[in-house]
Amino acid sequence: MKAPLSWILDLVDVPAGTTTEEITDRLTLTGLKLEAIVSPGREITGPLVIGRVLTMEPEPQKNGKTINWCTVDVGDANGTGEPQGIVCGAHNFAPGDLVVTVLPGGVLPGGFEIGARKTYGHLSAGMICSARELGLGEDHDGIIVLPPDAGEPGQDARPVLGLDEETIEFEVNPDRAYALSLRGIAREVLVSVEGASGFRDPAVRDTPAANDQGHPVVVEDAEGCPVFVARRVDGFDPAAPTPDFMVQRITAAGMRPISLAVDVTNYVMLETGRPIHGYDADRLRGAIVVRRAREGEKLTTLDGTARTLDPGDLVVTDDSGIIGLGGVMGGETTEISDTTTSVLVEAAHWDAVSMFRTGRRHKITSEAGKRNERGVDPTICEAAADRVVELLVEHGGGTAHPGVTVVGTPPAMPVVEVAGDLAARVSGMSITEEQSVECLRAVGCEVSGSGILSVTPPPWRPDLTDAQDFSEEVIRLVGYDKVPSVLPTPPSGRGLTRAQQLRRRVGRTLAGEGYVEVVTFPFVGEADLDALGLPADDPRRDLLRLSNPLNAEAAFMTSTLLPGLLRTAGKNVGHGTTDVAIFETATVTLPHHAGPAPILPVDRRPSEAELEALDAALPAQPLHLALVGTGDAVSGGWWGEARPVSWADAVEAVRAVAAALGLEVSASAVELAPWHPGRCAELSVDGEVVGHAGEVHPTVCQAFGLPKRTVAAEVDLDLLIARAVHLRSAPTFSSYPVAKEDVALVVDATVPAADVEAALREGAGELLESIRLFDVYTGDQVGEGRKSLAYALRFRALDRTLKEGEAAAARDAAVALAAERTGAVQRA
Amino acid sequence: MSGPNTDYDPVEVTPLKADQVEAMREAALAAIADAADLDALKQVRLDHAGDRSPLALANREIGALPPQARKEAGQRVGQARGAVNQALAARQAVLEAEHEERMLAEETVDVSLPTTRRRRGGRHPLTLQSELIADLFVAMGYEVAEGPVVEAEWLNFDALNLGPDHPARTMQDTFWTEPADDHVVLRTQTSPVQARTMLTRKPPIYVVCPGRVFRTDEYDATHSPMFHQVEGLVVDEGITMAHLKGTLDHFASQLFGDGITTRFRPSYFPFTEPSAEVDVLCFVCRNVEPQSCRTCRGEGWIEWGGCGVVNPRVLVACGVDPEVYSGFAFGMGIDRSFMFRHDLEDLRPLFEGDVRFSSAFGTEI
Repeated sequence: MKAPLSWILDLVDVPAGTTTEEITDRLTLTGLKLEAIVSPGREITGPLVIGRVLTMEPEPQKNGKTINWCTVDVGDANGTGEPQGIVCGAHNFAPGDLVVTVLPGGVLPGGFEIGARKTYGHLSAGMICSARELGLGEDHDGIIVLPPDAGEPGQDARPVLGLDEETIEFEVNPDRAYALSLRGIAREVLVSVEGASGFRDPAVRDTPAANDQGHPVVVEDAEGCPVFVARRVDGFDPAAPTPDFMVQRITAAGMRPISLAVDVTNYVMLETGRPIHGYDADRLRGAIVVRRAREGEKLTTLDGTARTLDPGDLVVTDDSGIIGLGGVMGGETTEISDTTTSVLVEAAHWDAVSMFRTGRRHKITSEAGKRNERGVDPTICEAAADRVVELLVEHGGGTAHPGVTVVGTPPAMPVVEVAGDLAARVSGMSITEEQSVECLRAVGCEVSGSGILSVTPPPWRPDLTDAQDFSEEVIRLVGYDKVPSVLPTPPSGRGLTRAQQLRRRVGRTLAGEGYVEVVTFPFVGEADLDALGLPADDPRRDLLRLSNPLNAEAAFMTSTLLPGLLRTAGKNVGHGTTDVAIFETATVTLPHHAGPAPILPVDRRPSEAELEALDAALPAQPLHLALVGTGDAVSGGWWGEARPVSWADAVEAVRAVAAALGLEVSASAVELAPWHPGRCAELSVDGEVVGHAGEVHPTVCQAFGLPKRTVAAEVDLDLLIARAVHLRSAPTFSSYPVAKEDVALVVDATVPAADVEAALREGAGELLESIRLFDVYTGDQVGEGRKSLAYALRFRALDRTLKEGEAAAARDAAVALAAERTGAVQRA
Repeated sequence: MSGPNTDYDPVEVTPLKADQVEAMREAALAAIADAADLDALKQVRLDHAGDRSPLALANREIGALPPQARKEAGQRVGQARGAVNQALAARQAVLEAEHEERMLAEETVDVSLPTTRRRRGGRHPLTLQSELIADLFVAMGYEVAEGPVVEAEWLNFDALNLGPDHPARTMQDTFWTEPADDHVVLRTQTSPVQARTMLTRKPPIYVVCPGRVFRTDEYDATHSPMFHQVEGLVVDEGITMAHLKGTLDHFASQLFGDGITTRFRPSYFPFTEPSAEVDVLCFVCRNVEPQSCRTCRGEGWIEWGGCGVVNPRVLVACGVDPEVYSGFAFGMGIDRSFMFRHDLEDLRPLFEGDVRFSSAFGTEI
């Protein structure tokens, strides 16, 4: 809300010498937050004075234009008292007119510096200004011609133009609809600024009594429209200009002046907060009827949009049909135009919820709707209509029709019981009941009783419904800045949960492994999944769609972190970071399609069954961990060659995470997009699949702008954390001598090393301390389609030194089982 | 093996004369002193202290002497041998030290060579900021509560006193999911976690809830469709705004420095009543000559978040008896806090994933 200071001070007095900042500081502290203080003249510096045109000589130019060579009396403002010679391109003035003159040394909005310069064969010393040049509007058809009584040549022109006017912009919270009016702001000044007094309520005025001579109005839905007031002005001059003060104030408040009739309704809305609608009375047909719309009815609103109405919409109709969307926007057929001479003024109170719904349904935001949906004082319809009539008559030359239509009565405000000590209990301050009563009365409440107060809020405060609402009114007037600072004493906490601790451990482990954490948006499109190469039946293609995505290409919540990570890795490579290792932990969304989620009551705690239904309707959202590596894992340098990342780095990173959780991961081959079909590991813990890792398919690499051999992994971190070992038993180990045995086994190239190792372990029995694969060989010596796996086995007993031959026997048993299980042949 | 004792005549016993023993000793000591390295010394040891060295041979002769001469000769030869052995040991030590020194000198490397073979990892600064904040509250006895990002409309709005027709719903531009009548949203705030906490725990409740939230804001330097919030909730007997102020003052001083306090301004949130905006004293200028301060842009205070006393309607919907308990709640942007704490003017680097950004913060902030 933008409020010109002069307008505020028309309605309330502040002690002499109170600065604008003092006023806004107080209002900010009591809840009307200052956004900005603006002044139209703030960008204008230097001499801007009233001038009287003494002479003007039109001089046609070669370019077809005619300029005027003028002499202008600017008094002593130019230091000489001599007339100032100025070239002017405008023609809407004559000698003797008072004009606005900026002299050399002045600066106009936009940093436009004025000097004396040679132009069209003259030395032009200054400029005669248009409204646009001064930042006062868009009018550039001619220069500003001041009224003859505006002042004397040489006087500062700023006060005359309202350039000194300060406008205060406030941030108005949704519960403070009353502050969307000068009336409300002035009232806040009254209660907030020390010494403020003399509030002149613009909505308190003598209004003519209702009679039956007015325009007939029938309200069929009294709940939707509790009050409807209609007044009429005839003989109105549609060409009458809007007075300057009104144009300035409407403009300062952020609205566009249109015509006197429209400007007056807006002016009164700004002044009182009550939206007003004006109809061209000659275009109305018969009685006005207010009702809900019927299914399928249509209306073209005055923004030119044809709308299909909803049965929830409140409409204003006459014999011709629907003529307006009540309280939100009028219709085209009865719109005030530049030929309108009779105006029917509507000041009606509308149900706020209906207003909100209609505005949202039709996506209409209007100054009227903004106020109506937040709640307006229902008692001021007659006063507001009367004020409009007064201004139309005064400035438009019309006459007030004697008819006064008033349908309905304002709803009564509820009486709320408020404990006298509530404000003290809520705030922790020592606020007495007397103080509370005083504050409540200051904001307009009626208060009676003691101990338990009976409080009736003023009609402009529909937001005050609960006892606690009234405590806020008291506390804000006492002052939020006076609330003491006291630390509560919580009971002993249990610290982070185990899962929370482990998640941190996972992040630290990966950072230790050289991975950098990133945060990406979870939005994806089908093209992203195509880029991953996911087949049509891949479960990851089942996505939760957003109704209103910011970007139609990314309209879904992702089921996998890989698109975001691969894209991010690609961007890094694009920025010249060729060696990239990144990770992300975030939830993914896996729909159940089990909705809808119920809307439960709020006047009690929902039952367990109701709460379960809520959760059941939500998609599964497991926490995933994904990582991507590309470029070199170890850089080259004086120590030797670089080592590019390989599929094994991705598997190892997951193993490192698992190890941090006390878990061992086993890997087996699987074909799964987006990985290389021969280089993807399915990762399991105790037989349960937790994720996948390996080299990314070259086509996928290309799709994400990544080099071939990029690697990636994605695992379900919730699964890993759920399995994390909590209390590990302390290890025991042998101090007896170790016996070492190496074996080299030749198997088919397709036999997984993990199977060979598992057989060796099992066959070696309990004397086996460790086993390590130290070489893998393929080549002529083992034959086509075969590979040799060389293992170092270490044997040791906990309680004794092994006897001669014991280790060898265990080794032979291991080899025998490997041979049986995997067809392994010991290499000679 | 050859030695200097070529004139040895076993028949004569003259070699045991004092001057001869003395000469052997002098010869040995001179040779030891002349040994230039460990190899030379090894030869000297053989020549002058070995089994066939003059002194060793002389020692053997002692037995052939008349008994009355044995004692004197024995002493003389023994002293000479002792002196030679001592000299050998001393020279050995000196030469070994010299050798080691030379070896170490030869092994000198350029320690200024680069040593980073593997990339440094790092954690995301928003993760670190979230953990830092969580830890501050855990230290006070709070616990960290969590909830889903894709959330039921009822928990995100209705339970928090934001009914379907509440004007404030339009304050938070919400992502809705399909089908539209499923009443499922991307949470616009971490407040549904507060509701979940009250629905599942009995007071006293002291929790913070950090997490991701979503609004339909176009992505630019100061807006992001996804950002991070931390909210706090306390429900206990006798909780007041003063406790809220005390908690936020403590939070501010822990996060931004000793003496940094907060300021409340009346505001409006449906889930709290009374409600306040929280400003934090600018930790750079401390509101002393703020005009030139870049951090607070001349205000002296920085808008930090919202807070208030939990609206009794919220307590009722979440099964907490407002006659017995009261509470406070607050919420701050983690991203925003990070931005002004770390002098970041454009939030987009937080979500662009450039490794140069996260790496700069390492693993703790």
